Amino acid sequence: MIRAFKKQRQLNLTPNYIILILLMGFALGPLLVLTFNSLKGSAESGRNPLGFPTTIIWENYPNAWERGGFALTTRNSSIFVVGTVVGVLLLGGMAAYSLARLKLPGANLVMGYFLIASTLPVWLFLVPLFILWRNLGLYNTIHGLILIYIGLNSPFAIFLLRSYMVNLPADFEDAARVDGANEWQVFSRIVIPLSWPGFLTVGLVVALSVWNEFLLATVFLSDQKLLPVATSYYQFTTRFSRDWGLTSAAAIMMIAPILIIFLALQRRFIEGLTQGGVRG
Amino acid sequence: MAPQQSALTRPARDFPSRRRTRITRKQIVPWLFVLPILLLHMLIAVGPSLAAVYYSLTRWSGIGAAKFIGLENFRHMLFEDGDFKRAFSHNILWLGLFLTIPILLALAAASLLAPIKRGGMVFRAALFIPYIVPSVVTASIWRNLLHPTLGIGGQLAKAGIPGLDVAFLGQPSTALYAVAFVDNWHWWGFLMVLFLAAMQNIPPDLYEAARIDGATRWQEFRHITIPGIRPTLIFMILMTAIWSFLAFDYIWILTQGGPAGSSEVMGTLVYKNAFNRFDAGYASALGLTMSCFAGIMIAIFAVLRRRGWEI
Repeated sequence: MIRAFKKQRQLNLTPNYIILILLMGFALGPLLVLTFNSLKGSAESGRNPLGFPTTIIWENYPNAWERGGFALTTRNSSIFVVGTVVGVLLLGGMAAYSLARLKLPGANLVMGYFLIASTLPVWLFLVPLFILWRNLGLYNTIHGLILIYIGLNSPFAIFLLRSYMVNLPADFEDAARVDGANEWQVFSRIVIPLSWPGFLTVGLVVALSVWNEFLLATVFLSDQKLLPVATSYYQFTTRFSRDWGLTSAAAIMMIAPILIIFLALQRRFIEGLTQGGVRG
Repeated sequence: MAPQQSALTRPARDFPSRRRTRITRKQIVPWLFVLPILLLHMLIAVGPSLAAVYYSLTRWSGIGAAKFIGLENFRHMLFEDGDFKRAFSHNILWLGLFLTIPILLALAAASLLAPIKRGGMVFRAALFIPYIVPSVVTASIWRNLLHPTLGIGGQLAKAGIPGLDVAFLGQPSTALYAVAFVDNWHWWGFLMVLFLAAMQNIPPDLYEAARIDGATRWQEFRHITIPGIRPTLIFMILMTAIWSFLAFDYIWILTQGGPAGSSEVMGTLVYKNAFNRFDAGYASALGLTMSCFAGIMIAIFAVLRRRGWEI
């Protein structure tokens, strides 16, 4: 009886599907055209700029890799990503552990600091920071930019990791302390392994934001040899703006690693990004 | 646990000093875990922010000594600098665009997606993907798609549907809207996923009860969905309001504020003053001003909340 009633009341979802498929076309269509264009020669891009390629030209990929200096920029971006992720997870994780588990005197003050200071917009401190970094010899260095990325990504990491750690059962920590472990050992051997999903989520979000970051990399790096993929790709597109095959192939190479990781770890990725409220 | 053991075995007269060191240790160790990131964050964000307040009162090229000129930078900005007025009005326009189009689009898509069980995850992932594409790539894709002859409009014209074969990014009357469109392509899916997550937390019996009462889909949306996701909705409106004053990436990558200043915003103006014109004092004043607008948004919401609005 109830079942029949429910069935009768069920929504007709066909219009939902139709509109959502159209929206999906809006979201993915441009990426599909990008993929097509990455396989076209320049003559065909002029004749057929939106459709499927008639002759597939794979050479765009090695050409773009070569001319865009991707070997170097991918290496640079990887250093930025790994350096920042390790730094944020270590320093942010330590702070989160202290705030969540160690009865830090003044914990509310520290949390309040990070809550307020994380709303300071980068435009407020960009110019003085640039001058400070130049005076400290950190301008135009890889570690100088990594330090900025670590600092600016850490409040989000602290909030998320702290909320993870607060809910951990205390038994393991207590047991380790009884066995004579100090705070560092408890943190590194008990707390990190127990809250690894939080660390993974933070790591993914931070890695994505560093890989995609544009403004700070533009301001704080000038040496061509240090540029990450994003800013170097920007220069590449202005240099080869007519050669759509080349720039599209470069774009695909830049987003491929992100897409693969996203599709593999979709749920965690979305959870982290929506909790962080990070504007990309 | 070593101190405790020794406290038990040691003679009593040693106890007080032993205890004192234990207390300080207990207070110091937690701080040692917090200090590295706290100091780094202060060095990067708070120190330079305070410095910006001072530099905004100076004339300074960024090298050598800064010359104190009081409020001269702000006087020039508010009363003489036409670029600033135009940039500010563009930020307001940007705010209006982003408070309406992406939010409505995301609300519509999320409410269409919320009741779907089969394939829901696929739609969610597909609509989210533009958000993870780097800004430089998004910009390059749409620069091609908005090309007057080779883009969508140009190809439509070739096929006999004229009217859209326009250099949207290249003419002053449309440049800002075109950039906002591109930014929005990457942005609305993120909003959609946030709204969807909030909608999925609304108890389904509310909808069932409404359906029994004969509510239309619009009435369900208006009286159940919107109140149900209200905290998320308001929070994202607040964030949109803040970010609208700080917009930069897409504008810089696509038009650099041009043509003829038609897509200039406060962010591109700070960048140009600081790094092209080497006017660090004036750039600091501009940066401080745009941060104040973002701060005013936060203050408005804080006041409304205190007045008893359920935000």
